[in-house]
Amino acid sequence: MIKGNFIDNLPRVYGIYTGGFLAFIIIMAIGEQMGMSSKAIGICFVAFTVAIYAIIGYLSRTAQADAYYVAGRQVPTVFNGMATAADWMSGASFVAMAGGIYFKGYGYMALLVGWTGGYVLVASLLAPYLRKFGCYTVPDFIGTRYGGNLSRLLAVIVLTVASFTYVTAQINATGTIASVALDIPFQYAVYVGLVSILLCSMLGGMRGVTWTQVAQYIVLIIAYLLPVFWISNKMGAGFFPHFMLADEVARIGELESQYGFVKNSAADLATVPKGLAGITKAHSAVNATPWAFISLALAMMMGTASLPHVMMRYFTTPSVKAARKSVGWSLFFIFLLYSSAPMLATLSKLSLIDPNLATGIIGKSISEVQSIDWYQNWNQANLMFVSDFNGNGTLELNEFFMGGKAVVLATPEIAGLPYVISGLVAAGGMAAAMSTADGLILAIANALSHDLYYKIIDPKAETAKRLVVARVLLVVIGFAGATIAAMEIQGILGSVIWAFDFAMSGLFFPLVLGVWWKRANKEGAIAGMALGLISGTAYLIWVRNGGSGFLGITQLTFGIFGSAVSLVSMVVVSLMTSAPDAATQKMVDEVRVPSGKSILGKQH
Amino acid sequence: MSKQAQHWEKTRGLLFMTLAIWFVFSIGIFLFGAEMESIGGPFGYPLTYWFTCQGSLGIFVILIFWFANRQEKIDEEFGFTEKGDD
Repeated sequence: MIKGNFIDNLPRVYGIYTGGFLAFIIIMAIGEQMGMSSKAIGICFVAFTVAIYAIIGYLSRTAQADAYYVAGRQVPTVFNGMATAADWMSGASFVAMAGGIYFKGYGYMALLVGWTGGYVLVASLLAPYLRKFGCYTVPDFIGTRYGGNLSRLLAVIVLTVASFTYVTAQINATGTIASVALDIPFQYAVYVGLVSILLCSMLGGMRGVTWTQVAQYIVLIIAYLLPVFWISNKMGAGFFPHFMLADEVARIGELESQYGFVKNSAADLATVPKGLAGITKAHSAVNATPWAFISLALAMMMGTASLPHVMMRYFTTPSVKAARKSVGWSLFFIFLLYSSAPMLATLSKLSLIDPNLATGIIGKSISEVQSIDWYQNWNQANLMFVSDFNGNGTLELNEFFMGGKAVVLATPEIAGLPYVISGLVAAGGMAAAMSTADGLILAIANALSHDLYYKIIDPKAETAKRLVVARVLLVVIGFAGATIAAMEIQGILGSVIWAFDFAMSGLFFPLVLGVWWKRANKEGAIAGMALGLISGTAYLIWVRNGGSGFLGITQLTFGIFGSAVSLVSMVVVSLMTSAPDAATQKMVDEVRVPSGKSILGKQH
Repeated sequence: MSKQAQHWEKTRGLLFMTLAIWFVFSIGIFLFGAEMESIGGPFGYPLTYWFTCQGSLGIFVILIFWFANRQEKIDEEFGFTEKGDD
């Protein structure tokens, strides 16, 4: 069926895969009609997709350094775009984003703008130049451009802090989904999730991760878009929701002003289960100050350009030109999901609060709502709650509470879609969380094995030994992440945002100025990374412990302070010390043109 | 001025143009979020809402492809295009 080179056959391979997955969905739908239990459907969806990723991971095994670190630099533009989109869109994007928009409206949507706008910075400031450099990891660029082990080591530290903060949230998400779908306790489900993640990356490194991420993107995008379109059509809201929900958005505004946002007393709120929230903010109206919106968007954009697991995806393209185009494709594939999240939030909210719709619950009697099947299911899962605070027997807007995850997970059921869709959504969430976790764990393990072990500790190590070290580190970091995830210290979304702030505090300016300012030198970069990370972290600790903060910089945007310190210290220290030598200046000149040899050799 | 310096000057010009457009749609317009709210946007959505869900996001996608094409043209003009790839 398939002849010749794997790369040449990619469209066909993934075409067959997509067809097979759609056929699997149809088989499950038929199974449901024939009486297959919802639990069996959930298990089939998660087990089947994870098994496919594991097979891809096994088939991609390699013993070569450039295949392990950068997938042999032969990933075509569009496929790298899909892999980056999967790498990028985490469990948080998939499960929590629509919920965030549902509850917080405009103020939250700064994240949509920030998490897409950052790609403009990636494309124009960094990705093509780092691709030309020929590095394996982000610290590889810092260490070679600025020289010296200390700068390399600091880059490894910033990378590890940011990525590790991020990865615990992703392992947590895989654990949550695995525990729901497979019906096992969370503490064990976390390790089931971890093993699935490691199966994709252990044998093939970046090559294995690339080809599983493409497969995971296909699953997650189908799992996100199919319910949105289906619900929209079923509600009669519009055939193509993205262009047709204006009336629904307006209707929500109308209902909001009709109901009003009644504030609950603290005593009433204390009875609501932890983690659930009511609708307290307008759906589409502007509810944040310009600076609150802009500062959050800006922090996410600069963080995007500094997160190593994204940047290293562009090291895998065949050329500099392809790296640039690939950023565009990545953002296109991300756009497909991000532009759908507000639509899902709109459909979900309207179907719950509009009394003219069969699914609407506001205005019904409390006892009637409590007897609905889906309410009972999600109430048991601790994701939904109603309470008659004012004692009038009727459910008011301020008496209905929901978990953020429920918007994605429960809306198909509320809208009356068959259970097979819920199974599909679980598989999609698993794919989203796994693909991001894989990228992150690989980024950390590669930085430690390549930059710390090979470049600093044992530069004479042979390839075989290096790759063994890389794999051992992968497992160790994975288990460390899973152990912390099992403790459930932070929420998923909060720790994701922190990761962006850590990354931008330490890495944004050392990376950008490394390409765009020839005068930047080693001392400056060291000061920029160290002081940026330290001041950002100190600000976070200060605000977390009751500090008032300044300039409206919150614990979600502390990277703005960190990166400002980083920029100032890097420029001042660079100018106070001597200019980089002629060889370094020539290196920067060569990075700036796409033609010619890369700075670092194919095998290094 | 050497070929390389000219190439870099044009590349930098393109960067500033790209960043200017990026700035307008990621930061500039959101200074006026409240003012744009009452204006009707595409497909009947309020303008601010449309920009946050689709407008800015879509403009970024187009901007990156436009940037990539312009940069390729600049590289070709000065003969810095890579050989032997897609």
